[in-house]
Amino acid sequence: MARLVLQRLALLIPTLLGLSVLLFLWVRALPGGPATALLGERATPEAVERINRLYGFDRPLLEQYVTWLGQLLQGNFGVSTRTARPVLDEFLARFPATIELTALALLIAVGVGIPLGYVAARYQGRFLDHTTVVVSLLGVTIPVFFLAFLLKWLFAVQAGWFPSAGRQSADMVATHPTGFYVLDGLLTREWDASWDALTHLVLPALALGSIPLAIIARITRASVIEVQNADYVRTARAKGLSASRLRRRVVLRNAMLPVSTTIGLQVGLLLSGAVLTETVFAFNGIGSFLANAVFNLDYAVLQGFILFIAVVYALVNLAVDVSYGLIDPRMRAR
Amino acid sequence: MSAVAAAPLLSIRDLEVSFTTDHGTTTAVRGASFDVLPGETVAVVGESGSGKSTTAAAVLGLLAQNGRITGGSVLFDGKDLAERGGAGIARMRGKDIGMVPQDPMSNLNPVMRVGAQIVEALEDNGVARGEEARRRAVELLEEAGLPDARRRAQQYPHEFSGGMRQRALIAMGLSCRPRLLIADEPTSALDVTVQRTILDRLEALTHELGTAVLLITHDLGLAAERAQRVVVMYRGEVVEAGPAEQLLRDPQHEYTRRLLAAAPSLASRRIQLARTTGAGVAYGEDLLAPSADRDEPPAVAVQAPPIVEVQDLTKVFRLRGKGLLSRSTEITAVDGVSFAIPRGTTTAIVGESGSGKSTVARMVLDLLEPTSGTVSVDGVGTATRARDRAAEVAFRRKVQPIFQDPYSSLDPLYTIYRTVEEPLRAHGVGTAAQRRSRVLELMEAVALPVALLRRYPAELSGGQRQRVAIARAVALEPELVVCDEAVSALDVIVQSQILHLLADLQHRLGLSYLFISHDLAVVRQIADQVCVMEKGRIVEQGTVDDVFDRPQQEYTRALLDAIPGRRLDLGPRAA
Repeated sequence: MARLVLQRLALLIPTLLGLSVLLFLWVRALPGGPATALLGERATPEAVERINRLYGFDRPLLEQYVTWLGQLLQGNFGVSTRTARPVLDEFLARFPATIELTALALLIAVGVGIPLGYVAARYQGRFLDHTTVVVSLLGVTIPVFFLAFLLKWLFAVQAGWFPSAGRQSADMVATHPTGFYVLDGLLTREWDASWDALTHLVLPALALGSIPLAIIARITRASVIEVQNADYVRTARAKGLSASRLRRRVVLRNAMLPVSTTIGLQVGLLLSGAVLTETVFAFNGIGSFLANAVFNLDYAVLQGFILFIAVVYALVNLAVDVSYGLIDPRMRAR
Repeated sequence: MSAVAAAPLLSIRDLEVSFTTDHGTTTAVRGASFDVLPGETVAVVGESGSGKSTTAAAVLGLLAQNGRITGGSVLFDGKDLAERGGAGIARMRGKDIGMVPQDPMSNLNPVMRVGAQIVEALEDNGVARGEEARRRAVELLEEAGLPDARRRAQQYPHEFSGGMRQRALIAMGLSCRPRLLIADEPTSALDVTVQRTILDRLEALTHELGTAVLLITHDLGLAAERAQRVVVMYRGEVVEAGPAEQLLRDPQHEYTRRLLAAAPSLASRRIQLARTTGAGVAYGEDLLAPSADRDEPPAVAVQAPPIVEVQDLTKVFRLRGKGLLSRSTEITAVDGVSFAIPRGTTTAIVGESGSGKSTVARMVLDLLEPTSGTVSVDGVGTATRARDRAAEVAFRRKVQPIFQDPYSSLDPLYTIYRTVEEPLRAHGVGTAAQRRSRVLELMEAVALPVALLRRYPAELSGGQRQRVAIARAVALEPELVVCDEAVSALDVIVQSQILHLLADLQHRLGLSYLFISHDLAVVRQIADQVCVMEKGRIVEQGTVDDVFDRPQQEYTRALLDAIPGRRLDLGPRAA
């Protein structure tokens, strides 16, 4: 197991190096430049040149890349051309918001997706099953931003059950020691602030979690159906196991093997989906900041944020692979 | 067995089981009736599709979801299991009726320790709990003959060999001391020597505990050796039942007679010609038009240089190390193997799983590169073929394989016509019309109706598929056919037909065979020469008669001894 972790961590280095090259070239291939985006109507050739010289965008590409890489290794992610603050500070200020959002979305996806898929498998071929299959198909095919607008219109604008934007109501006075608003409210015993933050999370998390939910439900269904027909399940029935033990210990545990891998893969989907969802709900996390960075051609932010997301994604999947060994003893020997 | 007529423990009366599929309802068991007395072992024998496993599943209430008992009754201890719905039998499973399933590889929960899987059976049946259950589980494993049971109970199924898993399943099946044990092909997936020790153990245990056994098997020899009474099933019906000895000596039903005749045993002799044999072979006149020179026995050819010469063949596999720093380990799968196959004859390689026999076959087929040593076919060695593309193509034409599993060795998306034509096409033989007539000729040679040509493999039976595989293999008129367990997956009657077909094609086309098998009785029927492999080495080789009648090595003797039904007088043919 230690060997697996070390191997995978070592593999992360060339992956990130390759990604850094692609990222670097990609942001520079976008039409326009940070200077014109920043200056807007005031973009005179002299002003553009001044900005470019200030940020080093006038240097040869290779030199820019090497400089950037050198700074990265020292923990310096550069400065946002838009806010003039260090990229790392911008990231850390918004990351808790996105973690809260993706965590809730994942919780919804897993908490609803697995039971839904399991129930569908148990009533395979019947009404409940067909409904689940159709709903999960819809879940995968409806675009996230459309669902986000739909949820916002229905439950925030029309019904008024949930706030329509932001992380906290404007009139809510709250202290934020950690940046995780729901957690902050609990820590400081400002219960109303915590609840307020949670209600702000519900709609974006539902929108964001819809695709992973559908995927998890479908994988669970397929996996449970397969395991139900496995020889060892029949043998377990033959030796007189109670129905509840059969379901919990034999069927569910074996069926969870492919599902756990799927959950890890969903994290990538959630982080990329956050860009759209956060924008729709004006939710101040890394997703909406990243979206703004694209419009502003904020090179350092784009490069830094996406690199961060890649590292998080890789680490989460490594954690999933390691946890796989906990569920499946056959993986431990590897 | 006491002579007193006891009330039957299990009584199956006019049992009818049906399956509902998309194509309608099929009846798998029709009016089957038989009894199992307390403490008695009854064997149900039949080929695949005969309904024997379905009968067992019906007793346990473990039919597939689309299956239903549509008639008759299953009385256990006087109570009707079929009538009590699901709940009654569910309470009896494990506790009153135990099961030992067929395939040890797929019947244990892969994510649970072996000991815990017995503990849960003990707990759920209210036999023991907690610490006591754990202690009992170890005892049960020991009782089933698992060495070092205390440590083994803490391991997972993937750390067990097939034989060890089957012992665990026996321990599980007997854990709650059921009065009836249903053993569905309990050892068919195991090597003969392992099979024998496990069956011995099972027999001793059930005898000691007074457990009645319903033994489901396709192997008549095994049934006769292990059971007091034998029930023969064919197409869902019980065609014959009676005391084992009597049934073998004096079979009444035509099907039982055919089964007996087809059963390979060490008493059988080499199949000489298709037309000299009788049972089950009904294609004698359908064969390729005999030509005079082919009809000659290959006496001249024997003096010619051998078709295959294998010299000092060795294959070493490298296994990745387990720990962080441990080195990779090497396993010598084949170790200095040498033999030759005289033209027009059959050489068999026998051995248990892991002996390296299939690795040899793959190297002869040039599908695997030897670590050292050479395989020359028709005088052309491995090295020449590696350099010379033309020599390789010629080699591929000359040497053809037939594999074990006719279900996975045919492309499911190709029609039978396409499958048989494929090698002709690949080697650019003839025009489309010539290829068509050649395919028709081949279908006749393997006794398959032309109507099958437009079908797909999924629509064919196992025996038909294996005939297709043979037609494909001989399409290019090869000189050597490598049969890797080519008849192992087939029922005995079909197996016998295929063996006769192979013998006949050999005679007519002058083919040479390399025949890989774990089944010594089959080898006796088809081979001229035999090599016995153990742990990568050939431990004994010679003519079939020499090796079988006068085995020199202890290992060969053990293999021969382990064959089920060996000591039995199997029907009229052996007489």
